[in-house]
Amino acid sequence: MRIEVQGAIKQFGQYRALDQLDLHIPAGEMVAILGPSGCGKTTLLRIIAGLESLDHGMLCFDGVEATHTPVQERRVGFVFQHYALFGHMTIFENVAFGLRLKPRKQRPAESVIRKRVLDLLAMVQLEPVASRYPAQLSGGQRQRIAFARALAAEPRLLLLDEPFGALDARVRHDLRQWLRQMHALVPVTTLFVTHDQTEAVEVAERVVVMKQGRIEQIGTMDELHANPASPFVADFMGGANLFHGRMENGTTRIGEILLESAPFQASVADAASCSPVICIRSHDWQLGRQPNGQRTWHTVVRHLRPSGAVVRLGLESLQGAGSIDVELTREQYDKHRFQPGETVFALPTQVRIFTDAPKGSVVPN
Amino acid sequence: MSAVLDWSRYSSPVTQDPLWVRRLLSGMVVLFLMLFLVLPLIFIGVQAFGKGIHVYWSALSNPDSLAAIRLTLLTALLVVPVNLVFGVCAAWAIARKEFRGKNLLITLIDLPFAVSPVISGLIFVLLFGAQGWLATWLNDWQIKIIFAVPGIVLATLFVTLPFVAKELIPIMQARGRQEEEAARVLGASGWQTFWHVTLPGIRWGLLYGVILCNARAMGEFGAVSVVSGHIRGLTNTMPLHVETLYNEYQGAAAFAVASLLVALALVTLVCKVWMERQQGEVKVEKQGKE
Repeated sequence: MRIEVQGAIKQFGQYRALDQLDLHIPAGEMVAILGPSGCGKTTLLRIIAGLESLDHGMLCFDGVEATHTPVQERRVGFVFQHYALFGHMTIFENVAFGLRLKPRKQRPAESVIRKRVLDLLAMVQLEPVASRYPAQLSGGQRQRIAFARALAAEPRLLLLDEPFGALDARVRHDLRQWLRQMHALVPVTTLFVTHDQTEAVEVAERVVVMKQGRIEQIGTMDELHANPASPFVADFMGGANLFHGRMENGTTRIGEILLESAPFQASVADAASCSPVICIRSHDWQLGRQPNGQRTWHTVVRHLRPSGAVVRLGLESLQGAGSIDVELTREQYDKHRFQPGETVFALPTQVRIFTDAPKGSVVPN
Repeated sequence: MSAVLDWSRYSSPVTQDPLWVRRLLSGMVVLFLMLFLVLPLIFIGVQAFGKGIHVYWSALSNPDSLAAIRLTLLTALLVVPVNLVFGVCAAWAIARKEFRGKNLLITLIDLPFAVSPVISGLIFVLLFGAQGWLATWLNDWQIKIIFAVPGIVLATLFVTLPFVAKELIPIMQARGRQEEEAARVLGASGWQTFWHVTLPGIRWGLLYGVILCNARAMGEFGAVSVVSGHIRGLTNTMPLHVETLYNEYQGAAAFAVASLLVALALVTLVCKVWMERQQGEVKVEKQGKE
């Protein structure tokens, strides 16, 4: 099912959870809504489910307005962070709940319900627990039952609110894989809220990054990494160094470092001076023992963290730019084998400068 | 599998108090219980049956006693369902909804506990009594409330109002609304959600509230005493009848009726223990298999 949200506004007292938000989700996709806590992502999900109502704006399912459709008529599946299974019902009855509630005329026969529930339990690989109670299952098992329950009544849309938030790392990883496989099997439009970008990477095709009730950027994980729309996105996706610079007469400086002599964009250069944010990702650096041209940064190695295929270095600028995280491949590192305390010359290979204007301009260095 | 805690797991020589301290403390508790609970109960039994089973039986089968028993049962039968419905509604509103005056409502529910039952009774006398605010209106319609059954029911209703609600509010608040939301999303209407999810979730608390409410409704003395007028065979409930008999020096009869109230109290306690065990067992069972 296709979802459109237009001009959504939702206010809780003084706090504006959604602020003129527009969103379009094509049918059949698995989309992650990513953002820090309090950015309004759960509110957005609850509004789409019908558990909250919009103050302003419009919500459409497949082009039909659903802003005021009561929650029980929306045919969505919702998976809660803390499972919300019905404690007094067996696992079987939990999964059957949505089917048994249907009006008498639409309700499937008992044998059909039975078959559907057992099929779903087989899909989540929990057939043997059908007669147990939720409290007798582990967290990961409970969440899989919650998925089965949400899918039982064949929802047009699946909404997941931090579904793996309460589970430990190992179970989370397995469940993410499982969720991907399940989506391939049952290609229902799935929206899935998380604050964990690695989770978004592992599961979603596209990612919606939210900040303070608005959408900051939408794209595949690769697009967001390669071309973040703002320092916030760059920072939130991880692996980025952010510096606060000064711009004067068309040149940008960080501390004593001269970044760029030519003005990079007319609209920005109009302002004689402003304070841009400079973003350099941690793997966009070349390190060496000799200075390599004018734009080399003088740094000293503070610490060293080899981790698998990559080696992370913590550098500190000797020119007042603060600390810098650099990620080298094992191969690059083995060429030089820098040690803590050593002076290292670093050359950024790709620099993004964000002014107050929303779009970052990529400057090849 | 037992709901009883295994204390030996928690006590070790390091954390234990000396033997004489433990003996002294538990001794004091036992002494108090004997003096103020067990002894009076035994006394009631002894007095009730002191003049033989025949006297006991005739005291209970006396028409006035039977009328008192009937009135008490009638009162409980009317009061408990009303308070059950009110308690569930109030707890639901307080635990689930945000509205103006919510704190006022919570305070008001506590009011019958805070006010002396005698004052509660007087409120009704002031409202409906012969000199009360509504006296002329009630006279016009020939409705008798004070010194009649409606007054007794109203006063009992007022006194027992908090029991179910107070029991349910914390349970519903602790449970949160997620299960209810899950039911709504799965297609349940508000009523279906209440019936299939909310109510089963609070069933033990509800039952407990009802049992306490019933015990109090049958045992209430102060408020009922003010509004009833102690008309034998007409407006005497069991506790009032006990007092009447006692004042007339019919000790054995008084204690015989009292013994029925004691039996009620014991049944209530047994129900409570049974329910707690039921709940505890469910929990232990679930945890045991996890």
